[in-house]
Amino acid sequence: MTDKLLKDLFDQKVQVLNLGLDSMAAALEQQGTVVERLDWQPPRKIMPNLMWTKDGISIDDANREACKRIVDSGAVLVGMGLARDMIPGMRADLILHAGPPVTWERMCGPTRGAIMGALIYEGLARDEKEAEALASSGDLQFEPCHHHQTVGPMAGIVSASMPVFIMENAAFGVRSYATLNEGLGKVLRYGAMGEEVYARLHWMRDVLYPTLARALDALPHGIDIKSLIAQALHMGDECHNRNRAGTSLFLRAISPTLVRTQRAAEDTARVIEFINGNDHFFLNLSMAAGKATLLAAEGVAGSTVLTTMARNGTDFGIRLASMPGEWFTAPAGEVKGLYLPGFSEKDANPDIGDSTVTETAGFGGFAMAAAPAITQFVGGSPEMALHTTLEMYEITQTEHRDFTIPALGFRGTPLGIDVRRVMESGILPQINTGIAHRLPGIGMVGAGILRAPQTCFEEAFTAFQKNFCEEKEKNT
Amino acid sequence: MAATNRLKENPKVSDAVLIMGTEVNKELLAQGGLLTPEAQQACANDLIICVKCASGAAALLDEAEALLSNRTASFRQSSELPPSIRSALRNHPDLNLVLISLGGSYASREAREALAAGMHVLLFSDNVALEDEIALKRYAVSHGLLLMGPGAGTALINGVGLGFANAVEKGEIGIVSAAGTGLQEVSTLISKNGAGVSQGIGTGGRDLSQPVGGLTFFQGLQALLADENTRVLVLISKPPDAQVTQQLLQTLGDPPKPVVLCLLGAKLPESSARNLHFARTLEECALTAVGLWKGSAVNMSAVLQEEEQHWQPVVEELRAKLDGCQRFLRALFSGGTLCYEAQSIWKELLSSPVYSNAPLSKENKLPDSNRSQGHSAHSAIDLGEEEFTRGRPHPMIDNSLRIQRLRQEAFDPHTAVIVLDVVLGYGAHADPAGELGTAIEQISSELRQNERTVVFIASVTGTQADPQNLQQSTQKLADSGVLVCSSNAQAARLAARFVEGRR
Repeated sequence: MTDKLLKDLFDQKVQVLNLGLDSMAAALEQQGTVVERLDWQPPRKIMPNLMWTKDGISIDDANREACKRIVDSGAVLVGMGLARDMIPGMRADLILHAGPPVTWERMCGPTRGAIMGALIYEGLARDEKEAEALASSGDLQFEPCHHHQTVGPMAGIVSASMPVFIMENAAFGVRSYATLNEGLGKVLRYGAMGEEVYARLHWMRDVLYPTLARALDALPHGIDIKSLIAQALHMGDECHNRNRAGTSLFLRAISPTLVRTQRAAEDTARVIEFINGNDHFFLNLSMAAGKATLLAAEGVAGSTVLTTMARNGTDFGIRLASMPGEWFTAPAGEVKGLYLPGFSEKDANPDIGDSTVTETAGFGGFAMAAAPAITQFVGGSPEMALHTTLEMYEITQTEHRDFTIPALGFRGTPLGIDVRRVMESGILPQINTGIAHRLPGIGMVGAGILRAPQTCFEEAFTAFQKNFCEEKEKNT
Repeated sequence: MAATNRLKENPKVSDAVLIMGTEVNKELLAQGGLLTPEAQQACANDLIICVKCASGAAALLDEAEALLSNRTASFRQSSELPPSIRSALRNHPDLNLVLISLGGSYASREAREALAAGMHVLLFSDNVALEDEIALKRYAVSHGLLLMGPGAGTALINGVGLGFANAVEKGEIGIVSAAGTGLQEVSTLISKNGAGVSQGIGTGGRDLSQPVGGLTFFQGLQALLADENTRVLVLISKPPDAQVTQQLLQTLGDPPKPVVLCLLGAKLPESSARNLHFARTLEECALTAVGLWKGSAVNMSAVLQEEEQHWQPVVEELRAKLDGCQRFLRALFSGGTLCYEAQSIWKELLSSPVYSNAPLSKENKLPDSNRSQGHSAHSAIDLGEEEFTRGRPHPMIDNSLRIQRLRQEAFDPHTAVIVLDVVLGYGAHADPAGELGTAIEQISSELRQNERTVVFIASVTGTQADPQNLQQSTQKLADSGVLVCSSNAQAARLAARFVEGRR
């Protein structure tokens, strides 16, 4: 192989990309050689040029491997179950939340609201007062969804008796989990409480879940969610904040079996109505699919690619493939967006939710060029959507093989956020998101876009360098 | 559908279908007699690739997969220039080499990006950190890519000159050089003597140091040994690290094709291997290589004898015009390797030492690079050294510093002879011979008014095909009263004749 590539060069016409002195390019043109030039800009910051770990692993090779694993991963919805039966380590006194670890004291309003709501839903508290007392009592544990192969949008609260989707990545023998999407507006994941919220959750547990679960059990191969994401990207979704096509595709895939396995026609009709009436139903599926593929890349030694990007409304946290156990955090950012009538920026909670798993897995905000219509929901323009995706290519390791963007000539979506490239270019990952009210118990107030905060990337870079690249310091 | 049609274009294929494994599609396949047992198993989300052909099905399936993954789209981001190497490659997938002359602190990162994108790299930039050089070269070598540099001023790849390079004939002599102007001098001498160059790989001056260990040098050597279009190899360097030299000799052994090794200034034993030849100068190196290629051994002593006969009358005439004070030579080089080669020749020919800002050994280091060694010794200045090029164009591009220095040296009463190298080629000044010649003419006429004579000697590194043209450049210098030599080594020897044996 070594000789082959170099030999190829000897057999090829030399075609040059010139960076630097233009006299060099001119001299080549004088010889009739093809020369291309760059609009090269100095990097924002000169970072140490990390190429090898002290164990002799090529970081670029490791990143290629991490991305290959993500791309080679499948994500098939194989069934459903209750959180306590399905999610590893789940138990009655454990509440999962979105983002990096956070204590009750530091939790934001919507997360607190959603936890209190979940306790009432679980029957562990009768009202908000009791719920708050229990939550702050120390008798409950709070852990990130991401520590349990789970992802949750917005507050991302998962309690023991909530039904969850089971997403299987058979190629790597891993599974991920997510709750069912409640819809927009006054919903638990945005921190809303109240009878309306609990009633919907109960219906979801008692009707929606068994109806869907029966249908899924009857499908021998489950439903290939990764394939639906690929199709939805060709239909104007980016599968984070626009899931209209994905939801429709899902419904199309499951409808015949829903009917075939139905016990009561009215229940089936209501399930179909519910899904049809909630353009975001597919979000929890696309998130779980993203998580299932990213799990395959966790633990790739020497990789600087992100396998986690998540927020809890207080902190924004990332994890690298080579350090899956370590969070690097920064204060969660403010979302620029469009607000529902009666709300404004002053009502907004900082950035929240595990839904950035989509950007991490190579869609969502990174695939905005596929979803020009989304700008009507999150703000911006179709041109901006196009440029956002193009910009993300500068910070990712590669392009996705299976997720493509028609408007970019079916170019693969930007995949594998490389912390080195983020630091060198100063380009921060684009995030599309919903906006929760900063107070507990109110719910969704809008949707918008923002960039990930820089400092956690800087910390991750430094930690990687220290852990894996420097050996001199130990010896001297 | 597009992929299906492309497959059907193959004459071997009687039918081809790429289709999702839905029930409806399977029925279609069954009607066409294409529903194999494997296809029968497919689910709605599986892609069925079905090819009907007499033979070579496996290769056709590979082709189908390649067609599916081939998305080198016609899409262009915009008419603007791309912002990064990877986006440039997107738009121009046929690019195969990145030439980087950015500042050293930026160069490493871009070289990494280029290598990661599978591109070969010529890193012209200096000031790249040693650990970056090692990291980049390790990556390049382990991934079969060529990283020339950092500080690689010259390369010739498939007849294309990169950086400072000359329009040399294409041929069958391959060069690996850790010395930039060394590559220029040897390639032009090869071209002038009727042979040509297959590839000229520049490794950068630090490659053969102990920490780098010759990563690129050895890679280039192996590649050229394996290259069918290279019959004779030339290896050029300033003296490498002793350990690396040992390793190099060991690797070479008795090579499978003729190799000429020129480690300027290094003391090497007589070569006992049939195919390994040592050369002491760049000139000898080029002539030996051409001889080996032609199949006729070169007789260096005959070359030297002929040279002596040619110059003898001129030397006698001009030496008579020098006064008693004029005992020393001054050399003003633009090419670092040429400065080094000249010093290694003078070391053998001159009885007193030559001081330099880039000396052969430390004890001959000039205390002040801006001043020659007064009335006590010879001096050779490499004006291409970093101390002179910081914030100023290289003397191969801009003659002003050298002209200023020419004047300073010419009016020094101790100066007998001034030696210059004039390097032509791509990337170099458009008419260095003309500018330097005019300046020398002016200086000489001022000297004559003071009833003094200084001998000016120049070598011209270049070819007839160079933009500046070798013959015209030589003529301009000769017309200005400069003694023009066909090689830097010859210029050094000629200069020695004016100063050696004078009291």
